[in-house]
Amino acid sequence: MSRAEAGTADGRNPATASTGTAGTAGPAGTAGTAGTAGTADTGRSAPPAEPAQSPWARLWTFGILRSELLTTFRRWRTLALLGVLAAVPVLVGIAVKIETSDGSSARRGQGGAGPAFISQVTNNGLFLVFTALAVTLPFFLPMAIGVIAGDAIAGEANAGTLRYLLVAPAGRTRLLLAKFATVMAFCLAATLVVALSALTVGALLFPLGDLTTISGTRIDLADGLFRALLIALVVAASLTGVAALGLFVSTLTSSGIAAMATTVGLLITVQILDQIPQLHALQPYFFSHYWLSFADLMREPVYWDDLQKNLGLQALYAAVFGSAAWARFTTKDVTA
Amino acid sequence: MTDSVRASAVESADDGAVIRTRALTKRYRGGQLAVDGLDLTVPAGSVFGFLGPNGSGKTTTIRMLMGLIEPTAGAARVLGHPMPRAARAVLPHVGALIEGPALYGFLSGRDNLLRYDAADPTADPRTRRARVTAALERVGLTAAAGKKAKAYSLGMKQRLGLAAALLQPRRLLVLDEPTNGLDPQGMREIRSLVRELAAEGTTVFLSSHLLDEIEQVCTHAAVMAQGRLIVQGPVADLAAGARGRLVVTTPDPAEAARVLKEQGVVDVVLAEDRVSAEAPPADRDLADVNSALVTAGVRVRGFIVERASLEDAFVALTGEGFDVAG
Repeated sequence: MSRAEAGTADGRNPATASTGTAGTAGPAGTAGTAGTAGTADTGRSAPPAEPAQSPWARLWTFGILRSELLTTFRRWRTLALLGVLAAVPVLVGIAVKIETSDGSSARRGQGGAGPAFISQVTNNGLFLVFTALAVTLPFFLPMAIGVIAGDAIAGEANAGTLRYLLVAPAGRTRLLLAKFATVMAFCLAATLVVALSALTVGALLFPLGDLTTISGTRIDLADGLFRALLIALVVAASLTGVAALGLFVSTLTSSGIAAMATTVGLLITVQILDQIPQLHALQPYFFSHYWLSFADLMREPVYWDDLQKNLGLQALYAAVFGSAAWARFTTKDVTA
Repeated sequence: MTDSVRASAVESADDGAVIRTRALTKRYRGGQLAVDGLDLTVPAGSVFGFLGPNGSGKTTTIRMLMGLIEPTAGAARVLGHPMPRAARAVLPHVGALIEGPALYGFLSGRDNLLRYDAADPTADPRTRRARVTAALERVGLTAAAGKKAKAYSLGMKQRLGLAAALLQPRRLLVLDEPTNGLDPQGMREIRSLVRELAAEGTTVFLSSHLLDEIEQVCTHAAVMAQGRLIVQGPVADLAAGARGRLVVTTPDPAEAARVLKEQGVVDVVLAEDRVSAEAPPADRDLADVNSALVTAGVRVRGFIVERASLEDAFVALTGEGFDVAG
């Protein structure tokens, strides 16, 4: 709807054409500034400078990891998951306390709890740490990891924030590594939350002191605490497979919920298949197959065979699904 | 005229085109051809309007330029480097708002910007807070910086998205529908911000389906329809493509119409005291036409050429209205 006087309007020469362009809102100003900008910029069309190579430059690349950790651990959802995990040892401790309040010793936990840790809880609160880890490892812990890992990429895609991270530019490989590191940090945090909550409840409700290993030898409390820490670390490492699997699933879809559900679904399926005797030949390749081997750290001397198999298997899962996630994510069209 | 516009754009491209694509094509997995052989040239320092109905391939093009999706065929260069290969060298110099803002609802506005800034490995963490504060200030969000982003209105989200694009001095700003969801006041603010940035020497690539918007702020424009580029060039040239109309206001319309026809002016239309006709070609001096009218005793109250709007140009080019492509 721009109107112009006859004299000025018919300038078709491209060089002067922009004078008549701007229409109603301050025509002279706009056209003038744009024109000068055009000439000024031609001189600056050198290729973009490479990232500054100061000693800081390398550290800056960790900015995304720090930001990722902060963002993940500041979310209500993350805190709620950790809260649920912290509550499990409390429930187990109280249940054992009530059941043994008549003086009888706790009966051995059914199947899932594996070794007879639970029967020892009344003698030594430290055993609540082992019991709590044995109770949460088959389901609660991997489910929490599945939620965080499944949402890692898909959740960002779903919210649309992924495209802004990528044009920042976060770099696809760098972003994926930061995501994986964060999920692993969550594995460790989740395991430590369970262990510390169990230790606190155990110390409050039951006596602490020297403890008897599965092999029957006695070790002092300091050694026991050290082994508890070691076990927590092994449990956290046992979750690597689920973390890598979840991250891979997360790169396949743009729906955070779908990725979480798929990961948790796979987890349950594998747990069920691991119970079917006819699948005996496949079972050593299930990521959950050697999970309860952490109990071997409570033997004297430590029985390393299954522990090594477990850690090796987790490393294999991390390598296979980590590469798959990388291959998928670095070539994927981000349309969300 | 389409050809002449294309030719002049290609000539000027050699001295520093900021964006340049060659036969850029994207076919999605479903077989849908979203962008078809696009040859786009965005001159440095321009405010480039990227026009087209919804579904015409604008956003797909922008995503290819930003390295988010891989072209099926063809090549794109941004700031002289091939995309998506050189993404990590190019993108720190590019601020982008793509298909509306996307924010972490559970973070405050300020924390959202801190996160996006931390994602850029070239961004100096020592100046991060200061730059975030400056960006918030620039889009007028300082007062709401501490609020959680999920409590933001659409307009505030849009501003925060813009702030994220302005965290560092940029050589190119890619703004996809930047005034979406803004009130008229907000739209004007964005427009003046775009002009300000252009004055600082930033090339602005602005996609919109609002023709007025493009006409008001852009120096250059390209029009897409159904995945193809219809035309590109300086906005004035595009609008000039659809010839303007000569309008004479007079109490003697019948006489005026007769004189105009005598002068060889075509398509004369009478409406009460207005006589309009197709504007004569550029080599014809309009003063002579006016003089002929006055000599014939026609009392002339007004004598102007109404320039064609971009909308007229668009309709002339596509032969269709500005509706959603099927």
